[in-house]
Parts: sequence; C-alpha cells; structure tokens
Amino acid sequence: MSKKLHVQTTINGKETELLCEARQSLLEVLRDDLRLTGAKEGCNNGNCGACNLMLDGRLVNSCLVMAPEIDGRKIETIEGMASAQGLHPLQQKFLEHAALQCGICTPGFILAAKAMLAKNPTPSEGDVRHWHAGNLCRCTGYDKIIRAVLDAAPACAGKCS
Amino acid sequence: MKDIDYAAPKTLAEAVALLDGKGDRARVLAGGTDLIVQVREGRRDIDVMVDVKRIPDLTRLTVDANGLRIGAATPCCDIYEHPEVKKSYPGLVDAAFLIGGIQIQSRASLGGNLCNSSPAGDAIPALIALGAVCVIAGPKGERELPVESFCVSPGRNALARGELLAAIKISAPRTGSGAAYLRFIPRNEMDIAVVGVGVSVVLDAAKSKVVAARIGLGAVAPTPLLVKDAADALVGTTADDAAVENAASLAQAAAKPISDMRGDADYRKHLVAVLVKRTLAIALERARKS
Ligand SMILES: Cc1cc2nc3c(=O)[nH]c(=O)nc-3n(C[C@H](O)[C@H](O)[C@H](O)COP(=O)(O)OP(=O)(O)OC[C@H]3O[C@@H](n4cnc5c(N)ncnc54)[C@H](O)[C@@H]3O)c2cc1C
Ligand code: FES
Ligand code: FES
Repeated sequence: MSKKLHVQTTINGKETELLCEARQSLLEVLRDDLRLTGAKEGCNNGNCGACNLMLDGRLVNSCLVMAPEIDGRKIETIEGMASAQGLHPLQQKFLEHAALQCGICTPGFILAAKAMLAKNPTPSEGDVRHWHAGNLCRCTGYDKIIRAVLDAAPACAGKCS
Repeated sequence: MKDIDYAAPKTLAEAVALLDGKGDRARVLAGGTDLIVQVREGRRDIDVMVDVKRIPDLTRLTVDANGLRIGAATPCCDIYEHPEVKKSYPGLVDAAFLIGGIQIQSRASLGGNLCNSSPAGDAIPALIALGAVCVIAGPKGERELPVESFCVSPGRNALARGELLAAIKISAPRTGSGAAYLRFIPRNEMDIAVVGVGVSVVLDAAKSKVVAARIGLGAVAPTPLLVKDAADALVGTTADDAAVENAASLAQAAAKPISDMRGDADYRKHLVAVLVKRTLAIALERARKS
C-alpha cells in the first residue's frame, strides 16, 4: 500500500482537503475520489482536452497534472460554471447551437472557451479555431462549437474573467 | 500509473540532494507534459518525481539590460505573455507559442523541452540560434554550458547524477538584431516537427550587411544542431539571394536526417533549405525593423 498524501486545495471556490496517492493524476482524483465527473478522460495523454480545467487561472489538461501538485492551488471545473441565476452564457449557447452530440468533449471546450474569452473578449473565427487546437471533438465537426463560442462572446463580456 | 513517490523541495539544494541520492530512479517534474505521459505509458521507470516548481527561482523570469534569465520550469505562457520578452525576444516567443496547444503551454517549460532532449524539441533550435546558455546546478555547485552542447543523443543530455537545469540565460539582443523560429508540420498545430529552424542575425549600423548570424536545426540529426558554416557564410554579405541560397545549401549539407513516419530523409533535406530561407527572411525583417 502506498502512503497517502494530504492535499489542501480550493475547488470552485470551496476549500477542499483530500488524501491522494502520489501516482494519481488530478483528473483521477476529481473523478474517482471527489466524484466531480465533469472533466472527462478522453486520451489520458494531453492530446484531446476533454479533461480541461483551470489551475490557478490557467487552462490545463488535468490528466497531465499530478494530484499532489495542487496543494495550495485553485481549481475551477465545469461544475462551477452555472450559478443560481442559471447557465453560464457559454453553456447556454452550446445548447442553442446544438454544439454537442455525445458531450464528452463539451466541458473541455467550454472551459477552454471561457479561458480564451477572458484574454480575448472579441475573437475572430480564426482566433477561436487556433485557441481550441488542443480540444478534439469526434462528433460535431467543430463548426457548431465555433459558432456557439463566437455567439457567446458578447454575452460573456465581463463574465469570463 | 505505477506506484511512485512525489517530492516538492523548496530549495535548489534540497532538490539536488534528492536527485543525487536517487540517481536515475528520480526524475525532475517541471510541466509534466513529457514526463507524466512517459511514466504512465511505462516508457520511463522511476521511483520518484521531484517537482521543482516550488523552488521560486525555477519559475522566475527576469529581464534586464544584460539579458533574459528564465527559470528552467517557467511555463511557455509566462514567456510569451511577458511584454519585454515579446518585444525583445520574438525568436523565442515563436517557439514557446507553438509547443502544443494552450493547455500544454500553461505547463510546458523550456527546461523540460531541453531536458527531454528530443531531436525535434521546438525550443532547442530557437535557443541555439539565440546563443542561450544552460545554468546547471549540482552537488558540486553551478556550471554553465552552451545550449548546443546540452543534448548528446536522442533523450540524453549533459546532466550528470544529482544535476538539474536551473535556468536558461540569453544575452540581450545587440542593436540591429532579429531572430525567428519556424517548423514544418503536416497540420497547423499540435504536431511534432518534421524539421525546425531557428535563425538569428545581427545587421550593421546601416542595416545592410550581416555582421553575425546563428542557425539551429531540429529533427534532422540525433540532436538539434548548430550549423556554423551556414551562418558564417552570411556574415559580410547583404543577405542577397545568392548568399541566402548558399547558406541554405550549407545547412542542408549539415543535416543528417533519418527517414520515419513523419518524412523521409530526402524530404527533410528539402525542407531544411526551404525553412532556412523562410526563417532567415523573418529574422532579417525583424532586424531591419529593430
Ligand atoms: C499534446 C502534446 C503536444 C506537444 N507538442 C509539442 C510541440 O509542439 N513541440 C515540442 O517541442 N514539444 C511538444 N510536446 C512535448 C512537451 O510538451 C515539451 O517537450 C515540453 O517543453 C516539456 O516540458 P515540461 O516542462 O512539461 O517537461 P517535463 O515533462 O516536466 O520534463 C521533461 C523531461 O525533462 C526532465 N526535466 C524537466 N525539467 C528539468 C530540469 N529543470 N532539470 C533536469 N531535468 C528536467 C524531466 O525529468 C523529464 O525527463 C507536446 C506534448 C504533448 C503532451
Ligand atoms: S484526457 Fe487529458 S487531454 Fe485527453
Ligand atoms: S460531442 Fe462527441 S466528442 Fe464532441
């Protein structure tokens, strides 16, 4: 039995303590131990973006973060996006544009889009496509996703930081 | 992933002691974008990851009149978003901005790119062109090594037991200088270089003649290469068509590529000439505008 490491972190604004093994990824701890299953495991090697979340304000692949690394760090996941007032504009626009089929890639795309709009509130189509190069979708052919993100941009102004 | 330990030393001395004690059973964890995949897929067998990101100097970037010092574990995004780096080191920004996608750039470091020592690592030819110096910390203290001497064969580098890369230093660009990095990949983003070329040039006061040049090549030999002949051939010329053709063919002659799934040797040789010309054109343009 490997020894467990104590980690203190903030997940979607909530202080969280957990015990993890050194060999676990952040994605595994979130999904298997904390039951936060919004982040998906697509490839487990950094290529697909399905596991995307924000770590200290930066978009990362959580399959390529070791769980003990998050001690003292801040994490934001898809579970933290909707509020009591309803869905986040990006979530709403993904629904309106039918920008998902199986939905495995969706949390990653939405987190990635949020991270982009925080830096670039008025992206061109080219900007959106370039930014999402690390997010793969097996179903939609991307067009609807790109349109949803472009359409959400004005509504996100000020909300995506 | 197999059972391993995790250590997060807060000082360089602690990290060195750990690495020295464990030898090749320990491996530095910077952004983890190479290491985690390798350990998970069983391509690298280790007992402990030594996370160096809690050592403040390892993720610190400082720019002053002497130049740039980049903590080895500083992520690419901190490099290409830095206003001074953007302005004065565009050749480095080129490379940092094309390693992986945004998610990779949030974590991937230039130190990790160098220490992974892939012949195709995108940062390495760019750093060679810029004349970067590796600052290595180890049990016997600190030593420095020119970046072109760091990689020794695919996946292997000059680090000895207990040593780690602490920082990368680049001298401030001389007046009239410009640099660029380009790679060729079959898609627009997220792929491994078939060929990568870094170039830096310094022009005279009239912005006409080349007074110094460096060219680095990636993915065409067991290690990234400094191609001195090709760069030296530009010196004293106005980088006119004949001089550029000459430099491109000398670079081509220095390239010793293999054939693999990304491209055969002849194709890579062809690309070397094409990319040297394109990269040189950007570097010259930047030098003229500097
Ligand atoms: C999806 C994806 C896309 C990628 N795209 C590219 C690309 O376009 N171009 C490219 O060049 N690479 C690419 N890579 C590879 C990788 O991201 C880069 O090589 C990156 O720069 C590695 O940096 P890191 O900080 O993540 O290194 P790590 O994975 O932390 O470390 C890499 C190796 O170097 C050692 N190491 C790290 N830092 C030190 C140090 N300071 N001292 C001693 N040893 C050290 C580690 O022990 C390990 O063996 C990609 C990877 C993925 C997963
Ligand atoms: S599961 Fe992490 S990038 Fe694919
Ligand atoms: S909706 Fe199925 S992968 Fe994107």
